[in-house]
Parts: sequence; C-alpha cells; structure tokens
Amino acid sequence: MSNVKSNPIKKVSIICAKGSLEDVYAAFVMGNGAVMEGIEANLFFTFFGLEAIMKRRMDKLHTGVVGNPAMRLPGGARMPTWLGVIPGMEAMVSSMMKKQMDKLDVPPVSEFIELFVAGGGNLYACKLAADMFKVRKEDLSEHVKGIITVGEFYELAGGEGSQIIFT
Amino acid sequence: MANKTYAGITVDVTDEGYFTNPSQWTKEIAIEIAKEEGVVLTEKHFLVLNYLRERFAKGEALSIRGINKSGIVDVKDFYQMFPGAPLKKSTKIAGIPKPESCV
Repeated sequence: MSNVKSNPIKKVSIICAKGSLEDVYAAFVMGNGAVMEGIEANLFFTFFGLEAIMKRRMDKLHTGVVGNPAMRLPGGARMPTWLGVIPGMEAMVSSMMKKQMDKLDVPPVSEFIELFVAGGGNLYACKLAADMFKVRKEDLSEHVKGIITVGEFYELAGGEGSQIIFT
Repeated sequence: MANKTYAGITVDVTDEGYFTNPSQWTKEIAIEIAKEEGVVLTEKHFLVLNYLRERFAKGEALSIRGINKSGIVDVKDFYQMFPGAPLKKSTKIAGIPKPESCV
C-alpha cells in the first residue's frame, strides 16, 4: 500500500466513445471526481461520444433499452427485449434515469460540463470522429478546448503519475 | 480515531483529520486547521464553512453541485478558495465528517 501513497495519480485522460446516457455520465463522474481530488483531468470525446459535447444534443441523451441484458423494470424483473422496441419506451426509461440521477445531485450534461470546467477540467473532441460525423467547432459546447488528433491527445495525456482511461 | 489539539482545545478526529464531533468546532479551531491546509480564511470562507455545517446538521449530502447552487459561492471561486481538493479541504476545516458524495 505504501506504493499508493508515494505514486499518487496526478493526471487522468478519459476517453468517451459512446453516446448513451450511462456511458457519458460515467466519463463525467470520473472526470469531475478527479478535479475534485485535485487531479488534472482531460476528457476526450470520440465517435458517438461526441453527442455529449454537442450543444443541441447533450441534454437529450438516451439510454439504450434494447440489447441491454442488465435493464430492469421498476419492480426488479428483467426487461424483455421485445418491450424495449415499443415506441416511446427508450424516452421513458431515459427520463426515469435522469430523474433518479437528479435526486442524487448528478446534474444534466450541460451543467456537468460547467462544473467540470470550473474545476479546471479540459474537454476535447476527436478530429477523426468530428470529420466523419461532419461536426463543426460551432456545434460543440463553447467549453471544448479544441478538436484534436489522436497524436495530440497522447501528448496531452503524458507526464508522471498520469493515466488513460477508456470508458 | 485520534485526538488533535487546535487553539488549545483537544478534539476528536478520524485518522485523516476529519471531526467526528462537529460541536467541538470553533472559529479559532477553523483558522488553525486552515493553516495546516495552507488556506488563509476570509469572511467569505466562513460563509462557506457555515453553509457546509448547516447542510450537514440538516443531514443533507454535500456535493459540488449543491455548493454551486448555494448562492454563496460559485464552483470556480470554491476551487480557488480551497485549492487542491475543495470539498474535502472545506469539510475538514468546517469540522464535519468527510463527504461521501461522488459528485
């Protein structure tokens, strides 16, 4: 355990490649948790993860209800896949999740971005994914520091006591 | 469990230095803990400390989000006032237990 104390984590660079509500929240909870501990944090959004930093989409993220074997109904029974395909089911489940999180003081994505950045955290978008989805700088939150290549990401991620996390 | 003496008063703290009995806290004690943490307390710091103590006394969970909504300090100032790990540092100086929140 002595190694834990003498080699503390000083920087985390977190990659978020998915745009589901739970994947995006995982990235923000990890990132915000880092700045709260005084750890430098970079969040890098790629592929569908870009939705999380797009102004018009960030607060409308959904959680997938089809093909998620851990999805449960309010009573605790497994949610059958066929139920997930009913129109409106995904929106309803996503809205329930957001309400639950709000109760636990987990903010909507736009507010999470504000908290994270106010704490000194950095947000970046992946250039390749932005090109692929035709996402421009102006589509992104003004808090995004830049659209960068994977090489630039690795440069930012370096240093003693630094870690890269792929959520 | 451990004891620490601040401003001539012995208080009960955890191994990490968080108070286990918030009623033992005084302003003078806060100033000394803050010194250990490298923070010089201003009037604004005390507003935040009192807010944290009130929330704790009501049994409410403390979070960065709650502090942003407190109307006393915004998150950016909060990070500047208690540099490093603001929620941990401020609760330690406020003489209340370590917060268990992840946000």
